[in-house]
Amino acid sequence: MSAATARRPLPAEALLGVDQVGLEARAAMLASRSIKREAKLFALDLAIRCTDLTSLEGADTPGRVATLCTKAMHPAPLDPTIPPVAAVCVYPALAAVARDHLRCSPVRVAAVATGFPGGQAPFEGRLAEARAAAAVADEIDMVIDRGAFLAGRYGQVADEIAAVKAAVGGRHLKVILETGELGGYDNVRRASWLAMAAGADFIKTSTGKIQPAATLPVAVVMMEAIRDFAWATGRIIGLKPAGGIRTARQAITYLVAVNEVLGDDWLTPERFRLGASSLLNDVLMQIAKEHSGGYQSPDDFSDA
Amino acid sequence: MTALAVAKTAKLYLGGAFVRSESGRVYRTEVAANIPRASRKDLREAVRAARAAQPGWARRAAYNRGQVLYRVAEMLEGRRREFVAVLGGGRGAGREVDAGLEALVYFAGAADKLSQLSGSVNDVAGPYFNFTVPEPVGVVALVAGERPALLGLVVPLAAALCGGNCVVALVAETAPLPGLLLGEVLATGDIPPGVVALLSGLRSELLPWVGSHRDLDAVDAVGCTPEQLTALEERAADSVMRVLPPGAAGAALRLSPQLAVRTLEMKTIWHPVGT
Repeated sequence: MSAATARRPLPAEALLGVDQVGLEARAAMLASRSIKREAKLFALDLAIRCTDLTSLEGADTPGRVATLCTKAMHPAPLDPTIPPVAAVCVYPALAAVARDHLRCSPVRVAAVATGFPGGQAPFEGRLAEARAAAAVADEIDMVIDRGAFLAGRYGQVADEIAAVKAAVGGRHLKVILETGELGGYDNVRRASWLAMAAGADFIKTSTGKIQPAATLPVAVVMMEAIRDFAWATGRIIGLKPAGGIRTARQAITYLVAVNEVLGDDWLTPERFRLGASSLLNDVLMQIAKEHSGGYQSPDDFSDA
Repeated sequence: MTALAVAKTAKLYLGGAFVRSESGRVYRTEVAANIPRASRKDLREAVRAARAAQPGWARRAAYNRGQVLYRVAEMLEGRRREFVAVLGGGRGAGREVDAGLEALVYFAGAADKLSQLSGSVNDVAGPYFNFTVPEPVGVVALVAGERPALLGLVVPLAAALCGGNCVVALVAETAPLPGLLLGEVLATGDIPPGVVALLSGLRSELLPWVGSHRDLDAVDAVGCTPEQLTALEERAADSVMRVLPPGAAGAALRLSPQLAVRTLEMKTIWHPVGT
């Protein structure tokens, strides 16, 4: 997608203000829904298949990434019914290590790029990082320059996304909006439209490095933007909530919201991902609890 | 002008807070109505909070745990009249509160003596030291005695706490009020949030979930009937959970360090000393 496309006027939905009270009430209603038995097991299985198992620490080592990849391929080695996760998400420097370990598996390699998490490095550097990451990874998670967005330089943000999209070739591009720094639902909606129009394949809530990270109301705004964008342009965009999703209950809540706002066409790893580092074991514990009928101990599950 | 009557709602003590059951249910006993009826999810939350609080509680110096238990005794002493009233008044109730106070002070003192009493330096054929040192078993579910309702809770609770365990207690089913009231004493007695949970409810409903909970390290079955004990042991056979039978010491509630040693695990260490 070129910068010229990004400059095309956005439809009115993109710029309308968000009804904050209505949105939060709807999100709270969705979060209170009770999912039981077969539906719960379906949701838990789907949550695993949609997980981007993430480690973005300064202390990451090749050994740690190897462990992460093993966990990604075999979340519960003793239970063959548990599927692998969707992807492993690491820093670009370690993407090659992940690539080696995941060569014969369906798990994809995702790398964060463009000066993660701040997005404040000079643009040439960010672009070069994205290009280098795309040589190894299947998917690129880029951050936008929130400073530019908040200063009103929307054109610059759109051009940068379009340039990164061009630089990473056919790689799957997830654009991180870092909604916790955008200062309100109106800006989340605007940034979502901007990113989608500029060529994002996925829009992602957060880096996980600042609070608040993913929240349900923010994710619902983004879902509505994706829905409206699909109506307006016919293009299908995916959603990735990330950061602070630690419990199976939270994951199910996001799946419920996706089902209600976007429909069950979006309940697939091609269109929905959960970025998380500690979610997986809680989901596995819930599945084991559904099967065995007793509450589980974290000691029985391997560290990622 | 007459004083306004303020009716008190009995609450569970869970994660350092006083809450209703998440299920919203209540049950009725012979003397009281609207007792919160804890659900399996309340139990789950209590175990989660206890697991989170346990390392910090165990890491404290034993002497400090003793100080905290002594403060709990101070708080109980200050509310003596309230406890006597909730135990039905009369001389028997007063004696029971006194015995509870004695137990708290006893185990406050025992806290920093358990390793001397239950640990040892073992004689081995080699140039090594060989030590046996006690460690808390971890998170203990306590099925408190039905009667006496306060003492049946306080004695095993204090015994488990002084060794560094966290306790999720099912208070007496038929007389839950003294046990629930104890939560207010624990909260003001500097027991950290999560270290103790007090749940009231139906044992027939909760005990199966206790037995099958893999994140509980032990169940003190001091208040269990023989049938309940057998059912617990069957469910716990799947995990390494210790099921501690009532036994003679537990039934008599005689104060003894042995009560605290029940919820300790012994760790033996070989230590090379060179020569």
